[in-house]
Amino acid sequence: MSSNFVNITSPHAHGGNSTSRIMLLVILATVPGIIALTYFFGWGNLINIALASITAIICEALILTIRKRPISFFLKDNSALLTAVLLGIALPPFAPWWVTVVAVSFSMVFAKHLYGGLGNNPFNPAMVGYALVLISFPVQMTTSWASPFFLSLGTIGVEQTISFTESLQVIFSGTTSLSDAFSGATPLDTYKHLAKNETANEILQGPLFSGSENNWFAGGWEFVNIAFLVGGLALLALRIFTWHIPFSVLAALGTCSMIFGWDADLYVPWSLHIFTGATMLGAFFIATDPVTASTTPLGKIIYGAGIGILIFVIRTWGAYPDAVAFAVLLMNFAAPLIDTYTQPRTYGHDKANRGLPTKPDASDKEG
Amino acid sequence: MSSILIAITLLATLAIIFGAILGFAAVRFKVEGNPIVDQIDDLLPQTQCGQCSYPGCKPYAEAIAAGESINKCPPGGESTIIALADLLGVEPEPLDAEHGAEKDVPMVAIIREDECIGCTKCIQACPIDAIMGAAKQMHTVIADECTGCDLCVEPCPVDCIDMVPVETTLQNWHWDKPENLIATSEQPHEENLEQGVH
Amino acid sequence: MQTITLHSFDGGIHPQENKHQSTQTAIAQLPLPTQLIIPISQHIGAPADVTVSVGDSVLKGQQIAKPKGFISAAIHAPTSGKVVAIEKRELPHSSGLEGICIILDTDGKDQWLEEINNGSLAINEYLEADNELLINRIRDCGITGMGGAGFPTAVKMAVQNRTIDTLIINGAECEPYITSDDMLMRERALETLRGVQILLKLTSAKSCLIGIEDNKPEAIQAMEDALHKIHREHHIAVVKIPTKYPSGGEKQLIKILTGKEVPSAGIPADIGIVCQNVGTCEAVYHAVAEGKPLISRITTITGESIEQPQNVEVLIGTPVKDLLGYAGFKQEKSLFQKLLGSKSKTESKPRIIMGGPMMGFTLSSDELPILKSSNCILAPSQKELPANDLASACIRCGLCTEACPAELLPQQLYWFSKAGELDKAEQHNIADCIECGACSYVCPSQIPLVQYYRHTKGAIKDERAAQQKSDRSKIRFEARQARLDREAAEKEAKRQARAAAAEKAQAAKKAAAAEALSKQTTESAEGVDENTSTDAPAETKNPEPVDLEKLQKQLDAAQAGLKKSMDKVAELKASASEDGVENAPIENLDVFEKAVATRRDKVKLLALQIAEAKKLAPPVKKEVSREDIEKKLRAQQDRLAKTKERVDLAKEQGLDSLPALQKGLDKQMQKLKELEEELAQFDKAGA
Repeated sequence: MSSNFVNITSPHAHGGNSTSRIMLLVILATVPGIIALTYFFGWGNLINIALASITAIICEALILTIRKRPISFFLKDNSALLTAVLLGIALPPFAPWWVTVVAVSFSMVFAKHLYGGLGNNPFNPAMVGYALVLISFPVQMTTSWASPFFLSLGTIGVEQTISFTESLQVIFSGTTSLSDAFSGATPLDTYKHLAKNETANEILQGPLFSGSENNWFAGGWEFVNIAFLVGGLALLALRIFTWHIPFSVLAALGTCSMIFGWDADLYVPWSLHIFTGATMLGAFFIATDPVTASTTPLGKIIYGAGIGILIFVIRTWGAYPDAVAFAVLLMNFAAPLIDTYTQPRTYGHDKANRGLPTKPDASDKEG
Repeated sequence: MSSILIAITLLATLAIIFGAILGFAAVRFKVEGNPIVDQIDDLLPQTQCGQCSYPGCKPYAEAIAAGESINKCPPGGESTIIALADLLGVEPEPLDAEHGAEKDVPMVAIIREDECIGCTKCIQACPIDAIMGAAKQMHTVIADECTGCDLCVEPCPVDCIDMVPVETTLQNWHWDKPENLIATSEQPHEENLEQGVH
Repeated sequence: MQTITLHSFDGGIHPQENKHQSTQTAIAQLPLPTQLIIPISQHIGAPADVTVSVGDSVLKGQQIAKPKGFISAAIHAPTSGKVVAIEKRELPHSSGLEGICIILDTDGKDQWLEEINNGSLAINEYLEADNELLINRIRDCGITGMGGAGFPTAVKMAVQNRTIDTLIINGAECEPYITSDDMLMRERALETLRGVQILLKLTSAKSCLIGIEDNKPEAIQAMEDALHKIHREHHIAVVKIPTKYPSGGEKQLIKILTGKEVPSAGIPADIGIVCQNVGTCEAVYHAVAEGKPLISRITTITGESIEQPQNVEVLIGTPVKDLLGYAGFKQEKSLFQKLLGSKSKTESKPRIIMGGPMMGFTLSSDELPILKSSNCILAPSQKELPANDLASACIRCGLCTEACPAELLPQQLYWFSKAGELDKAEQHNIADCIECGACSYVCPSQIPLVQYYRHTKGAIKDERAAQQKSDRSKIRFEARQARLDREAAEKEAKRQARAAAAEKAQAAKKAAAAEALSKQTTESAEGVDENTSTDAPAETKNPEPVDLEKLQKQLDAAQAGLKKSMDKVAELKASASEDGVENAPIENLDVFEKAVATRRDKVKLLALQIAEAKKLAPPVKKEVSREDIEKKLRAQQDRLAKTKERVDLAKEQGLDSLPALQKGLDKQMQKLKELEEELAQFDKAGA
């Protein structure tokens, strides 16, 4: 219609929210966690994040060009950056540079754009990248974790630190002789292996666990997790996501670990489950990735609980040091099914419609 | 020996129990089988236009059931082909252009009544008896029933039948699907996109 | 204030209210426009029937279109003037479609219809009056819901075979910018409450709740003050409800005030509730107590492009441009646009919205009229409500689910709508979407969700219609097919009968020859005939009496045809001879002669068939006399055949004796007919 006036559909008002704002807020919310990571485990993660971000932006730009999509429009949505930051945080601080590059480029190209780009990927891109390198390079992925006591930049119990340039060297040149002294497995992994023949008290005497009998946490990790928890709660307050997923992840993981972990001599105690590893990062930043999560209120709870249970199961009986990636990916598979069966009840209806439409597909013939 | 007997008895009991369950399920959850021809016929648009070279939708449905390809129905177009492919579990094929192209808008036949000579040829051609009239009398199309199949246009000796798009009224108007503004789709007008974001 | 337990609905949003701009001044009266454009379809239901014609002079308040059908509303002249046209004009509707409008040139006198002016239509003791009288007055005055949808009020109040226990008056006005109800309640609270009393009487509800959002303290105060003035009502309560969009939605307001939910696809009356807008109440009061039809309404004109945002009482049919001109409409061009000359087409044009920013629709021109349901004209600046013309990908953030007041899954509905999966959209209750726009408002990707839903709802409706039509087509096609098959079967049966008859004729000829030789042989031949004929009809299975009658009729027709053809032949020949060219070949003669021949054959055949049928029909009863007639008939037929042969011969040779011969033929035919009639009568008598 040719007219002098604009003709567009209602609503004409908009709340002013935008995808790039959401992504940016999530990235900002990781800052406390990143600070804690850097404080306790050295420069490794910061270097990883920078490397991952550059790789992600290059990959995104390249693939957008190939897919004939507007580049700046998509780069502005910050989604590639968020994936990169999450991967940079999740990967071991002293993982060789190529591990990071492989993980990031795989997550951008295969996990995201081959499925149609932002919004269409069924699996969490960061976790796909993570899982790929975890399976492909198990040695680098399990032994590149930093031992906080040796690397902490802070003052508590500092015996030795590793400088920024040394970190760069470790990551880019792969000088394993240097890193051997500073890096190793994660506390969860260590506890699990040690629990076979040591008692809880004995294990907790170890260097990874702050060396204190009363400290049920792993040195440094608890602060990292608390920092991520703070960031996550901030996002919750900003209504970036709802409470359902983080709550149910933590509740399920906590419940499982309390049931099985009552005997700390045999199993990892609940405090370690909740406050070490990638638990808080997973619960607040990874499981809540809306694209790949369940979307109905009840579905979110089921999805989160599934992740919590799987984290516990894989951590306890699986071969991998941490389980967030696999748990999230497995529940990604289930998300569409969960959504199908957890429709909420609509206003004016007695009960919810659940499952697939019962009618045969006669309605596929559109008018 | 007794262990073998126990095993056999056990297996037999299990067989009976499961057999009973299966039997019950077969009766209880019996799927009301709609014969395939009817199911196919339900998916066809029922224009009865014969563009598929069969004399109506039912015959084409029967032919499809007997192995005819599913892409010969221009009025149904792509959506019907997809629905048929879904139903029959075959790959959707592009519409066979030999049988005509899919129309964008629904059409309806209109007889220019003052030109009509009352030859009844169109009445005979109409597959669904949607044209009223008698010999030497003016004919008219029952617009609500007309499927827009075109079959009456050809036989008219004085060319007084027009196919016109079905008129949009306030009652049947509805919003179009939003133009493809979603940037995940391939954009022909990239500069527009770049500019749209401030 | 009565304390009422308030409930809450899920979802909802808190957009910037922007209501203060238009509540600074009192309701103004728009100067009389020079021309009014009055669409005859301003309400839900059938368009009204125009009762005036071009050139008529009408008075203010005079009915110019009467309701057509049950759900419809009358339309009245908003002022005095002359009807200058009744034509199709673009309607203020999202579709931009055209509809019949009555164009009224105002005469400036603003002269009321006499009955209204002298108050003879007013019902003074309205609270004591008969309900039917009240409803009729409401209907006659063309009152429709003034909140937006425009459902005829009389219909809503009349169709009450259910008991209503709560009347809800909607003064929530939750849409940003709009303040027409707010100002109405502030300035005309008493009239509004009296309207409420009338509606309360009509519904005989036990209680009445007037829901007003707490961002309108003046309106609440005014309504409470007015309530104190009307001492009698104790079951009317003004209820302050929390401000949240869309609390003014009928379903949401009902939930807030009563905690009940209107069943899906149902109406509030299903749960004993009737909901009316405050504006409607005021209109009802004027209709009943003053006899004044709905010819004007209060409309908010606001937005940053308006110099003096305010509420104005406008006549229905006033072109929007008059209103814009009155309030001062400034077409802005932002600095940015001036510098860059934006190419985007949605950015360079101003936007006029009828209704609010959440549910209103844009107007394509300022020539469009104000309707009974137009509560706001919003002319925002681009900065105020930026045209959102580019959506990014849905990231399934779920903010829409949180905002949805109908507890739907907007995001799923979006995916289904986008993919055209109508059945899934339906299963996710897209029909329960109230199109409030809350989902689009919160969408970070700025996806035009509501448009997707509107499209999908329409597509589902279309599909239903198409399905119904296709079902009907199928039935019609099958019926036609059955008819054609039946006809084909009948034809086939006839053909077989004819074949049998031909065989019979052969046999009969032989028999005739034999008859000439000996009577005994005739009888035996007839025996043979009978055998063959019994076989043939048995095969074709024609029921005798019907067949006979039919055959008779066919025979008559054939004979008539034969006669006609012969006449024609004669005529042609006569004309040829007149021309004086005796033996010249006559045009078309051969054709007609052929026709004569075939028709003759047909007659013969039919006669034979009849004979046969008759022979079979009555059993042996009156053999003697019947056989006599039959014999006569056969003889006559033979004679006829001979005559015809002769005629043919004559024609072939162009003999002069032809007319005579033909006369003879006619006579013989006559006789044949007589004989046949006789036979028929005989048969009838026998039967």
